[in-house]
Amino acid sequence: MRLKMVPDVTTLDFFRHTRLTFGASAVAMVLSIVAFFMMGLNFGIDFRGGTSIRTEAQAPVDIGAYRAAIMPLGFGDVAITEVFDPSFGPDRNVAMVRIQAQEGVEAITPEQINLMREALVAFDSTLVFAAVESVGPKVSGELIRSAIISVVLALAAVLFYIWLRFEWQFSVGAVAALVHDVVLTIGIFSVLQIRFDLAIIAALLTIVGYSLNDTVVVFDRVRENLIKFKKRPLVEVLNLSINDTLSRTVMTSVTTLLALLALFVLGGDVIRGFVFAMIWGVIVGTYSSVFVASAVLLRFGVKRDWSKNSGDTAGTQFGVKEG
Amino acid sequence: MLQIPMWKRILIWGTCALALLFAMPNLFYERAERHNDAVAQIEAGQSTAALEADRAAWPSFLPSFLVNLGLDLRGGAHLLAEVRVADVYADRIDGMWPAVRDRLARERALVGAVRRMPSDDPGELRVRIANSDAISEAAGFVRDLAQPTQSMTGFGQARDLEVRVEGEEIVVTLSEAERLATDERTMRLSLEIIRRRVDEAGTREPTIQRQGADRILIQVPGIGSAEELKALIGTTARLTFHPVVNVTSNPEEVPGPRQVIYPSMDEPGLFYVLDQTPVVTGEQLVDAQPSMDQNNRPAVSFRFNPAGGRAFGLYTAENIGNPFAIVLDGEVVSAPVIQSHIPGGSGIITGRFTVEDTSRLAVLLRAGALPAEMDFLEERTGGPELVQDSIDAGKVAAIVAMVAVLGFMVATYGIFGIIANIALILNVAMIFALLSLIGATLTLPGIAGIVLTIGMAVDATVLIFERIREEMRSAKGPARAIELGYEKALSAILDANITTFITALILFAMGSGPVRGFAVTLGLGIITSVFTALLVTRLMMVMYFARRRPKTLAI
Repeated sequence: MRLKMVPDVTTLDFFRHTRLTFGASAVAMVLSIVAFFMMGLNFGIDFRGGTSIRTEAQAPVDIGAYRAAIMPLGFGDVAITEVFDPSFGPDRNVAMVRIQAQEGVEAITPEQINLMREALVAFDSTLVFAAVESVGPKVSGELIRSAIISVVLALAAVLFYIWLRFEWQFSVGAVAALVHDVVLTIGIFSVLQIRFDLAIIAALLTIVGYSLNDTVVVFDRVRENLIKFKKRPLVEVLNLSINDTLSRTVMTSVTTLLALLALFVLGGDVIRGFVFAMIWGVIVGTYSSVFVASAVLLRFGVKRDWSKNSGDTAGTQFGVKEG
Repeated sequence: MLQIPMWKRILIWGTCALALLFAMPNLFYERAERHNDAVAQIEAGQSTAALEADRAAWPSFLPSFLVNLGLDLRGGAHLLAEVRVADVYADRIDGMWPAVRDRLARERALVGAVRRMPSDDPGELRVRIANSDAISEAAGFVRDLAQPTQSMTGFGQARDLEVRVEGEEIVVTLSEAERLATDERTMRLSLEIIRRRVDEAGTREPTIQRQGADRILIQVPGIGSAEELKALIGTTARLTFHPVVNVTSNPEEVPGPRQVIYPSMDEPGLFYVLDQTPVVTGEQLVDAQPSMDQNNRPAVSFRFNPAGGRAFGLYTAENIGNPFAIVLDGEVVSAPVIQSHIPGGSGIITGRFTVEDTSRLAVLLRAGALPAEMDFLEERTGGPELVQDSIDAGKVAAIVAMVAVLGFMVATYGIFGIIANIALILNVAMIFALLSLIGATLTLPGIAGIVLTIGMAVDATVLIFERIREEMRSAKGPARAIELGYEKALSAILDANITTFITALILFAMGSGPVRGFAVTLGLGIITSVFTALLVTRLMMVMYFARRRPKTLAI
């Protein structure tokens, strides 16, 4: 008995509710932007500078007591959060202590770390520093810059590639979908206040890659069907293409999500934020390749007669071409 | 119809076999690693029974390349240091003063008395002459002292000094070209010294890399904490020997011209006024070893090179009964009184040292002094507990992800799912083989990259299978359907993977540290998944078809 996620032939109309889906996407994007400006992102030390210490102790984390132990040392703003993970067990209690960048020094000095360790150990003798990370303001500034540059570069490179391989309308559609995905991801990070660090940028770019992968597969089929059905209206051709590829879209999303879910549940708390971003990205990316990228393509319309100048700029298809 | 020439088949299976062979050592990570370490040590000339046994732990005819584990998977410390290259300008320019003074002294009749003026910028030398009318001639004499810039590419056209007249003062600075050349030398020397210090400490496979103009990235696996690493490399360890002028308890005391005041290392409140010019410096040391003094206290014994030994011998012969200060990084370690002439250029430093102090100091002295101080911009330490968790979690997650995807594929595609699964397993083996061969570093985000690849690698295969299904529906024969399926899916597969590959490339180029590790596995995963989807699955389909000759495909 075979598992079948999608019937052999589907004839769903993906554009009947364009207004609704477009509206939903637009509202979600606006909300994301509002959340970003209202609540901001919970930047990790990669982008903000400062020091974060992961403590592990046998006694339960007492945030108030930790704070009381550290505050007198005069490191300024101290943020303490407890880290939960189902694998920890009762005698393993993990907390993240974050202090702001210190005046006059880039990274924290060994003396400062020792001061803090002594203060915390005095109050809980089982406590150890499992990891210490410190990033100076100079580097964090550069990290922000290079992160933004890499996201923008990735978008631009992809725009260019799709324009080269398809038509500019496809490019616009693909990038609209990508911007949609990135904005919604930043939005959810801002709403849930998940720590936003360098790894999340990697996740963002992977989302860009994944969403694109999806969009390109649909577009590839659109291009093929446009050649095959020269007379049919664009909306029909788009619908047909999405239906044709639906089974593959679902299969790939499911296998990727299966792998990511395994990481999310079992991969440990260190990369959970990273994996969360990717799961979110796969869901949003799959949605956007249909309801944003294709819908934008429908709005802009597309040149219909591909046969005349096949071989030059437009539609240089890899592989065998069928007449 | 469906035919693949024999040479192609051999090539494809050969590649797969090689991938499995090269990925295999990673399954026996500890044994292969012990073998590699033992081989390296035996080659370095040590040979013990234990080492031979370790070497035998892994057969030598098998490849033993391993994936390097990143700091987050092995534990260790990561530091990003910025070298204060500008410090060296001050030393250089300060060193020019005697030459400038002597040159102008020869023209005393024309320029009159010469005086060095204080300057806010330590990178410049300000000189005032009594006869200010002759200032442009005087500047000319100083200008003649400039040498051609020495750069890595040989002698350049540019001069090393820039001399200008500001009011009544002659200002000497290093030229732009000389600054660049100096920076380059400072960086090379710093890198070399850090490398020697870290190597002397005996940790495995440290990464010491220059980043940008004035930064050095240091990653040392296995070291307990970044603090330890900083203590090892952060000290300048500049050792100098100075004649003592005076001992005082007043830190505010103003030293005379060309004299300096340094605190004592052991006795708080005690300060030494010393001649600024050292008799000998640490650069002239050829060896330093931890040892014991006559009272069995830890000490460091040292030996000078011939030039240093001569200067030291001469000075001690002439100054018997006078104290003599041993200065380390601006602190007086000890100031023994010279008891007798010390020929031969060896001696011993005593102070309030522990045994650890002396072995660390000996390492630092042997490796030489850093040319300039460093600021640490970034540090990351991962402890062993956290690391073990990460590895365990990563392993379990990868295995569960793999099993889930494999099961799902079989459930959906039946026998063809098995074909896809073999391709998937080969794909993961290839990623590991490539990572091992290029000596890439696997980090936790890197593992996430592999898991993501496991999910996405089936994408290409799924594209092909779905296409074959479709072609089957348009009532073509199975052979034709398979052929068309591969042909028509090709365009989508290439476009989709090239776009993802572009993002991986940009991540690699722009990212740092963990992001890069992720980009490497993602990029390699794309290449191998295209290979397995287009060639390996196809070969297996063709073989299946040739054997069974099915009338219809149950795909």
